[in-house]
Amino acid sequence: MKDPLDDLKSAMDAATPPSDSTRRAENLARAQEIFARHQGSATPPRHSSDRPKGWAGIMTGVRQMFATLATPRALTATTALVACVVFVALPDTRALLLPSLAPQDATAAPPMRERAVAPYAVAPDSTAASEGSADMHFAPLPSRATAPPAQREALHSKAGARAVGAMTADAPVVQPEADTEAFANDDPNPVKITSETPVSTFSIDVDTASYGVVRSSILSGVLPPPEAVRVEEMINYFPYAYPAPDDGTAFRPTVSLMETPWNSDTRLLRIGLQGALPAIADRPPLNLVFLIDTSGSMQGADRLGLLKQSFRLMLGQLRPEDEVAIVTYAGSAGQVLDPTPASDRATIIAALDRLEAGGSTAGQAGLQQAYATAASMAQNGDVSRILLATDGDFNVGLADPKALERFIADKRDSGTYLSVLGFGRGNLDDATMQALAQSGNGQAAYIDTLAEAQKVLVDQLTGALFPIANDVKIQVEFNPATVAEYRLIGYETRALRREDFNNDKVDAGEIGAGHSVTALYEITPVGSPAVLSDPRRYGTPAPTGDSDEIGLLRLRSKAPGRDTSTLSEIVLPTALTAPDDEARFAAAIAGFGQVLRGSDYLGDWTLEDAIALAVSGTGDDPFGYRREAVNLMRLAQSLKN
Amino acid sequence: MPTRQGLTAPLRQTTVMRMNTSDHALAMAAAGGDSAAFAALLERSYDRLFGLCFRLTGARDQAEDLTQDICLSLPAKLPGFRGDAQFSTWLYRVAVNAAHDRRRRASSHAKAATGWGDWEVARQADIAQGAARQDWLSGAMAALPDDLRDTLALTLGDDLTHGEAAAVLGISEGTVSWRLSEVRKHLRAMAEKETTT
Repeated sequence: MKDPLDDLKSAMDAATPPSDSTRRAENLARAQEIFARHQGSATPPRHSSDRPKGWAGIMTGVRQMFATLATPRALTATTALVACVVFVALPDTRALLLPSLAPQDATAAPPMRERAVAPYAVAPDSTAASEGSADMHFAPLPSRATAPPAQREALHSKAGARAVGAMTADAPVVQPEADTEAFANDDPNPVKITSETPVSTFSIDVDTASYGVVRSSILSGVLPPPEAVRVEEMINYFPYAYPAPDDGTAFRPTVSLMETPWNSDTRLLRIGLQGALPAIADRPPLNLVFLIDTSGSMQGADRLGLLKQSFRLMLGQLRPEDEVAIVTYAGSAGQVLDPTPASDRATIIAALDRLEAGGSTAGQAGLQQAYATAASMAQNGDVSRILLATDGDFNVGLADPKALERFIADKRDSGTYLSVLGFGRGNLDDATMQALAQSGNGQAAYIDTLAEAQKVLVDQLTGALFPIANDVKIQVEFNPATVAEYRLIGYETRALRREDFNNDKVDAGEIGAGHSVTALYEITPVGSPAVLSDPRRYGTPAPTGDSDEIGLLRLRSKAPGRDTSTLSEIVLPTALTAPDDEARFAAAIAGFGQVLRGSDYLGDWTLEDAIALAVSGTGDDPFGYRREAVNLMRLAQSLKN
Repeated sequence: MPTRQGLTAPLRQTTVMRMNTSDHALAMAAAGGDSAAFAALLERSYDRLFGLCFRLTGARDQAEDLTQDICLSLPAKLPGFRGDAQFSTWLYRVAVNAAHDRRRRASSHAKAATGWGDWEVARQADIAQGAARQDWLSGAMAALPDDLRDTLALTLGDDLTHGEAAAVLGISEGTVSWRLSEVRKHLRAMAEKETTT
């Protein structure tokens, strides 16, 4: 029988009139107008004239920007501007920045992750886009293009104005790299006036991830984004030869006061903590759960390949009574190696070798399984630790990262530690790594080379795996009679409230066996020409206190497994000490980090001075870490010029 | 998730190159803000879009109005094109939704519109003038419920497969097939009625 639909179709075809050509032209023109208005400009997006086509051009633009504008100040100042400009004025980039607009069939694109973080859209130092300078060049933009009116310090605005002035109107329109790196950082600590806020409180930080990221950036020929630089992590990357405790305590503080390299009118207060190194032979058996991200993005020699090599290195450090299990997460979480004694190396290595990257990330299921495995392995006296190895894109089932942190913090109280090892760049979610390691009482390290794996997983394995003190907090009360102003260098992400110091419920950093931790304060003595703020006309209290003390150092820490902290106090004398190698090197790295962050406190001190200072403080350097840092500084200097 | 759009849809192209560019690539470029791509895309799609609008409404003036509504709303909607579907599928979905909106507005405006829905009234007036074939079509379409008519509007023109029509309507392919068999039933019933009267 004839299909009645065919009749209907031919009738329909016959009945359908052609479109009215006048209205057609009118509609097309009006739609075009609306389209142009919708893009915020009546002209097509402007690209710099030499801009190559497509993605390669975008990358070149970014590289060029970093190469040409790579003074840290300019970088600091421009990242915020560029982020705003790109977001609003360049319609092409919306597909890059808004996940919902992205094509899904880009066959040549690398493995994709669901993450909407615009890499540099949130420059920590958006203060640099001072209103005046922003208006000058970007007045036509809608209001959201102007930087948020954050509190601006005079110095910042000046830097911003200078940097913007340096950008010509034809500055290449750059798009941020479409990687999804996110960094945890805060504005650099400002100078505090002792008479107003005499007390400074922070948690120690033994992470080293920031130095790894800085190194991998510089070695690939680009200065790191300022927000990737956490000065304290750079300083703490290096082992320092502080005297070890000899009285059975967990760690021993070493304090010294030296002239500040970048300002002869201020002093650099160094606080060094050296963790005890318990007799290694006595260490308790170790339960290790490798939680390995085998999602598609982990493909590659610098990721899964490096990870396998790294863990293989580490196996040599384990004892026969230690146990290893491997849990992977990709698509679905799975245990690929049941708890196996470390003596059975062949089985463990075979399991490692079988790992292949593929699928998407299901981090939380993996994490739950890893904790369950760790719990099943735990016996009395064992130390259980999960080593999470990931390229950082930990987009887990939990939509809320806070919930994930809470989950980990809960598990932390069960005695299982969590350390995070980052691999690969591109979607490194440094912020999440930091958060996870901090909640999990662990360490976050970034592994970019096998040498770094050697450092973290072999040379310093004991420290990385055996905590000797938990929740270590530092509080310094400065003496207003001797110290006019002070500034903590780094530790921005580790600041604690003053009252949190005595509150044992507030989490803080852990110190591992043999770890050393260094904190530096730049302090301005009373009467020094370097004092930045004028004395208050009204109500400045008369400074009191002993004139031979600059302050009091208080330390709090908990023994592993304990809920209550113990307090120790040390008086800080005003006497200057001759800086030793360790102090000089730490100061040099602090200077290097501040240069990379674009600090305003360095005056005309440059990387060249930092290099000279670091060379003078190289000391013994049995592993060559310090010499490597000097080379890195030289490279950074060349990149800046 | 930021995607390396440049790899699939080169941002700057000459007009000549544009001739050979797929709708999809043009749409991606337009979604990314390329106004030349948008112009080319709309120019290319306009007639097909108008045809669909006619099949959806059944009246030329309404089809013109609906087409205009859609054209003018596209710049705002296009950034929502994710590239996970054919551009035509996406565009037809926009069109069907616009037709629904229009129908809803029209019904709240106390049946101000003419078209398939008011065909019965018009037929009374036109009955003397014949135009038998058109009448049969109009009668057939008017007798159908909205959802069947929408399905028919999609499948009758442009050779959309049942699967593609299903994607536009957001229903399963099986539902499309079932709806079309319903349409056949309607048509046969109508044919029987005509032969008996």
